[in-house]
Amino acid sequence: MRGRYVLSEAALGLWRNVTMTIAMIITMAVSLAILGASGLMFMQVDKMRDLYYAQVEVRIFLAEDVTEEERAELDAALAADPLVDSYSFQTSEEAYEEFRRLFEEDAPDLVEVTTPERLPESFQVHLTDPEQFAVIDQRYGSAPGVDEVVDQAGLVEQIFSILNAAQTMALLTAAIMAAAALMLVGNVIQVAAYSKRREVAVMKLVGAPNWFIQTPFVLEAVVAGLLGALVAFAALVAGKAFLLDGPLEPLTVLLTPVPWRNVLLTLPALAAIGAVVSAITGWITLRFYLKK
Amino acid sequence: MIRLERVTKTYPKAARPSLDDVDVAIDKGEFVFFIGPSGSGKSTIIKLLLREITPTRGRVVVNNRDVGSMRSWRIPTFRRSIGCVFQDFRLLPNRTAYENVAFALEVIGRSQSVARRVVPEVLELVGLGGKEHRYPHELSGGEQQRVAVARAFVNRPLVLLADEPTGNLDPDTSIEIMRLLDRINRTGTTVVMVTHDSNIVNQMRRRVIEIESGRVVRDQPRGVYG
Repeated sequence: MRGRYVLSEAALGLWRNVTMTIAMIITMAVSLAILGASGLMFMQVDKMRDLYYAQVEVRIFLAEDVTEEERAELDAALAADPLVDSYSFQTSEEAYEEFRRLFEEDAPDLVEVTTPERLPESFQVHLTDPEQFAVIDQRYGSAPGVDEVVDQAGLVEQIFSILNAAQTMALLTAAIMAAAALMLVGNVIQVAAYSKRREVAVMKLVGAPNWFIQTPFVLEAVVAGLLGALVAFAALVAGKAFLLDGPLEPLTVLLTPVPWRNVLLTLPALAAIGAVVSAITGWITLRFYLKK
Repeated sequence: MIRLERVTKTYPKAARPSLDDVDVAIDKGEFVFFIGPSGSGKSTIIKLLLREITPTRGRVVVNNRDVGSMRSWRIPTFRRSIGCVFQDFRLLPNRTAYENVAFALEVIGRSQSVARRVVPEVLELVGLGGKEHRYPHELSGGEQQRVAVARAFVNRPLVLLADEPTGNLDPDTSIEIMRLLDRINRTGTTVVMVTHDSNIVNQMRRRVIEIESGRVVRDQPRGVYG
């Protein structure tokens, strides 16, 4: 009996104040959507890091005047080095082929003026642990016949630092939106409590238990939070279906594709966050508002 | 039944206490008037008895429970043993007489079948038989106060508190409400009424406790107002 009263009061409260309710749901949804998106990105970045590091290699460029013996000596040293997972040798010709493949379309003039002899020979080295670049650099950087040791991981790190910055921005935006959403929740609860002040006064007077007085209000906040989470989830699904799997598909070559499993995982997560945070906000608001 | 033991209540920022060292004992089944000019502190007594406020010093005991030191989660249950009516009736405007009384039962967990049995009974008792389905705005002031009394009495409380219950009513209607409170008192319910309506006090000839500037200046069985 009382359960029905609590439910109908909550529904009535949301409806009575419908524009505010919608505003609350929208801000909640935007905040949760951004949160969900950065959550997905977080999972992606971790996966990308593994993938990129598995592919990055260290290049040891040889000097133009490198001798046969120096080259053989390096070859032997790399073969024996426990830090080296695998390595291969690239001749000037091969380097030129690669160079041409990469730049033929975008910079034909550059390819035109470049000759194979201008490109250095190099060893391409896969490390067992990509973090150990400094050791490799120290070991081979000043070896005879070596011109320069270049770590591709340095370039990868730049990409990740951009991604990290983007993620921080997203989280910051989500936090600000969340603050706005929670203030709206508090406001909606206050308006609801005010519009029901007579009922609340009578309930207190005749000794209705506190949970009974407070539950409809908290439930209002929870329902709004859940609806917000649902909208946010819909937005993420739409983003995956129409953006990532659509026009932005080429990007997934650079950034690993986001699996559907992760997208679906955001629903329970966002729903839980939306519901719990709204409930706590609503309850705290009531503590101040229904005091006495 | 009700005891105020050396009760002092000073509101924050108030220059002098609203109640100053008040000692009062009220037995079960008594009918007591608290009288005194506005601001004398008589309404503070109602608030203390309802545990809307706590005493600054002293003890307030209602139904053998120390109200001042009561934990806040016990307050709802405690209030079910007390009925209360006010000058402004405090009815829900969007509910009928029946629904107003039934609401009080519903929110403390009584079933609808209990309400269907008890509410018509108590409305009949207060003289509103046949007007169960009127809304407050369709009732006169006296009738509205009867609904409020029905709501306060429907749980058969041990104590009925009345804060200026006739303050908004004309003299004839006031007398009717007093007859009603008298009948309720005769069922064994202790009635504590705060008023400055001298007519009523003089007609009823019940115990009168006069408060002035927060102090008891007179406590007299079968007293008059003045």
